[in-house]
Amino acid sequence: MINYLQPEFHVDIDYDRCHKCGRCAGQCGWGVYSFVERPLPDDAKCRACHRCVTFCPAHCITIKRSDLAYRENPNWPIRARKGVWRQAASGGVLLTSMGSDAPRGSIFDALTLDACQVTNPSIDPLREPMETRTVIGKRPRALGERVPKDWAGRLTLSTPILFAPMSFGSVSLNVHKSMAMAAKRLGTFMNTGEGGLHADLYPYQDNVIVQVASGRFGVTPEYLERGAAIEIKVGQGAKPGIGGHLPGEKINAEVSTTRMIPQGTDAISPAPHHDIYSIEDLRQLIYSLKEASGYKPVGVKIAAVHNVGAIASGIVRAGADYVYLDGMNGGTGAAPAVIRDHVGIPVELALAVVDQRLRDEGIRNEASIIVAGSIKSSADLAKALALGADAVALGSATLLALGCHLCQSCHTGCCSWGLTTQKPELTRRLDPEEGAQRLVNLVSAWTHELQEILGALGVNAVESLRGSRDRLRAIGLDAQTCEILGVAPAGR
Amino acid sequence: MSAVFDTNPATAAPIEGYRPVAPVVERDGATAVVDADHVYYRELNEAIQQLVADGVRDLTIRGVNGQRYIGNGLTETDLRIRIQGVPGQDLGMFLGGPVIDVDTNAQDGVGNTMESGEICVHGSAGDVVGYGMRGGRILIRGDAGYRVGIHMKQYQNQLPEVIIGGKARDFFGEYMAGGRLVLLDLNSQLAGPALGNYTGTGMHGGEIFVRGTVDACLCGREVGVVPATPEQLETIRPLVTRYCEAFGADADGIMSQTFTRIAPVSSRPYGNLYCSM
Repeated sequence: MINYLQPEFHVDIDYDRCHKCGRCAGQCGWGVYSFVERPLPDDAKCRACHRCVTFCPAHCITIKRSDLAYRENPNWPIRARKGVWRQAASGGVLLTSMGSDAPRGSIFDALTLDACQVTNPSIDPLREPMETRTVIGKRPRALGERVPKDWAGRLTLSTPILFAPMSFGSVSLNVHKSMAMAAKRLGTFMNTGEGGLHADLYPYQDNVIVQVASGRFGVTPEYLERGAAIEIKVGQGAKPGIGGHLPGEKINAEVSTTRMIPQGTDAISPAPHHDIYSIEDLRQLIYSLKEASGYKPVGVKIAAVHNVGAIASGIVRAGADYVYLDGMNGGTGAAPAVIRDHVGIPVELALAVVDQRLRDEGIRNEASIIVAGSIKSSADLAKALALGADAVALGSATLLALGCHLCQSCHTGCCSWGLTTQKPELTRRLDPEEGAQRLVNLVSAWTHELQEILGALGVNAVESLRGSRDRLRAIGLDAQTCEILGVAPAGR
Repeated sequence: MSAVFDTNPATAAPIEGYRPVAPVVERDGATAVVDADHVYYRELNEAIQQLVADGVRDLTIRGVNGQRYIGNGLTETDLRIRIQGVPGQDLGMFLGGPVIDVDTNAQDGVGNTMESGEICVHGSAGDVVGYGMRGGRILIRGDAGYRVGIHMKQYQNQLPEVIIGGKARDFFGEYMAGGRLVLLDLNSQLAGPALGNYTGTGMHGGEIFVRGTVDACLCGREVGVVPATPEQLETIRPLVTRYCEAFGADADGIMSQTFTRIAPVSSRPYGNLYCSM
C-alpha cells in the first residue's frame, strides 16, 4: 500500500558547519540517520526528540516542522486526517504515549494565588522558618481523639512532592534508580508502578511505595515487606478504565526478574482487578494488604472520572490511607489515543470535588489526597494544595528532568534518551547519579518556590495553605466551573 | 452532613457476633491449638502471627467461622495450619510456603496472589480461587465459583497448580499467563457443564485440563480446545495423585479417562492490535 503519511518533521543539516563526525547517527534511537561521508537523514523516522540536536558538536542540526501545506479545513484538522490514514492502512488501535496533547488548556493556568499587602504581613522565607513537611495517612478528627492502632502507619515527606508510579519495564532501571536515590536524599517517596521492585532498589526501600495492580506482577510477601507503603492501582489518568499492556519486546531478562514472568511474553494487566467488583471488595483487598504487611499505609490510585467524588468517598470508607487522583492529562508509557485524549476529567476539578465531598461527609481526616496529571510547575503545586491536595506526584516532570523531550513515543521502546526503553545501548545513556541530582535539583527548586509562595500568602506551613480555596481566584472560568472549584472569580 | 457510619475502628461498634479479644491458645512446644470461636479476625490473625513468630509449626485453628485473611503473607515453609470450620475471604493470600488444610468449605479468594505452599480445601470454594497466583498448589475437593485462576502466571521454576474435583463457573482461567488448572468434574453439587462461559478468555500462557469433553463455544477465541495427548496428560499425573491422596480417590481410574486440553494459540494475543502514532 502507498503510505499517505508525509513526514511531520524536517531534519535540516547545515553541511557547511557539519563536522561529519557521525555523532547524530550514533545518538538517534529511531534510525533517522544513515552515514555516507556525511549524515543523511530520513525525515519520516524523526520524532523531534532532539537527542541529535543536543549532542551535535557543531550545532548544525535544526529539526523543523514540515512546511507541507494541507488544504485548510477546521472541521478536519490534520491530526484527524492522519489518524484515518494510519488506521485505514493498518486496521490497528492508534497507540500513543505521554500525556494528552489535545488543546484543552489547563485549569491551573486559569487560577491565580493571593498575596499579603499592608494589613496582613507576608513572611520572608529566607529569614523565617517555613514548614514543608507533609504527612500522608490517617489523622484524628480532632486533637486528643483516640486513634486505632491500624491508623498508625503514615508516610512523612520533607516536601509535598512525590515521584509518580512508573513501572520498571515502561521505564528503564536507571530511571528507577534515579528516582529512588533522589527520593532518599530528598526525604520523599518514589513509586514502583506495577512492575515489581528490582533488587538494586532494596537499599532505598524505605523511600519506595510498592504498587499492586490487577496483573499482580512481582507482588510477593517480600515485596510487600520491603515497601514503605502499598498502593492499589485501580486506574490511570491517561487511560481510565483500561488495563496495561507491556509488549513482549520490552520484557527482557531484567524486567522479567522483577515482573516475575517469562522473557518475551506480553505483560497484560486486566482492566479491572478481578477480585474487586465493589467498595466492599476494595476494603477486603486493603485490609488483606494491611494484614499481610503488618498494617502499612495502603493507598488507592484512581483515574479522575465523572463520578469521582462518590468513588473517593467509597475508597476512604474502605479504609485507604490515601487517595491518589490521576487527572486526564497524566502521562502513560502506552495508551490508545482515543482513551488518552477523550476519557476522564481534569485533575483540578476532581480534586476540588473529592476534597469537598470528604469534608462534607466528615471523613477528610481519614485519608490524604495525592494528585497527579500534569503538575508542570511549583505554581501548579501551590494551587493543588490550595484546592485541597496533601501532596502532588510528578511523572511527566520527572521524565522531563531526566532528558525527556515529550516526543510521545515511549510505546515504541526506542527512546533516544534511554528513559522508556530496555535496549542496553540506550538505557546506559542515563547515569543514575546524575539523574538523581537533576531530580533533587528540580524538587528542591520547586520547594523553594513553594516557600516563597507560602511567604507571600503570609503563612509559614504547607498545612496552612491546604484547602484554602479563598486564597485562589479564577480568571476566565465560567460560573459553574468556579462553583465546582469553590473558587471566586478574580475581583470578587 | 455527618458521617453515614463510623469508619473509625476505635470508636465503631464491634461486628455483631465477634469480640475483639485474643483467642484462647493451648500450646505444646511447636504445636498449638487456637480457639477462634467468636474472635474477630484481627485478633485471631495477630495471635496466629505471634505464635508462628514464636516457633509454632503445627497450628490447629478451631471454631473458625468466616474470619478473613487467615495465613496472609506467611512465609514459613515448615508451617502447617489446620482450619476447622469455614475460613473467610482471602484465605492464604500472598502465601509463601506454609501448608493450609481446611476441613470443610472455603469462601472467596482462596490463595489470592499466592507465591508457594499448598492450600487443601476438603469441601467447595467460592470465587476467584488462585487469582494472580505465581506458585504453589491449591486442591479443592468439591466445586469452585466464578473467576478461578484468573491471571495465574509462572516464572522460572515456579508453576502454580489448581485442581478442582467438581465443576467451576464462568471466566475459568481468564487472562491466564502460566501454570495449570485441572477440573475433574466429579462429585459435583452443581448442574450443567463442568465449565461456564468465557473460559480462557485472553489466555496467553499455561494450560487447562478438563476431564471429558468441553464445548468450544464456552471458551474464548484466544484458546484452542483439543483432546489432551497421553504425553500432555502425564504432566498432570503428580497433581491428580496428590488430589487422590488428599481426598481419597482412584488416581489411575481418573487418569485413564479422556481429558480436554485448553491452551492459548498465541503467547501474544494482542500483538497486532495496535498501530503506532
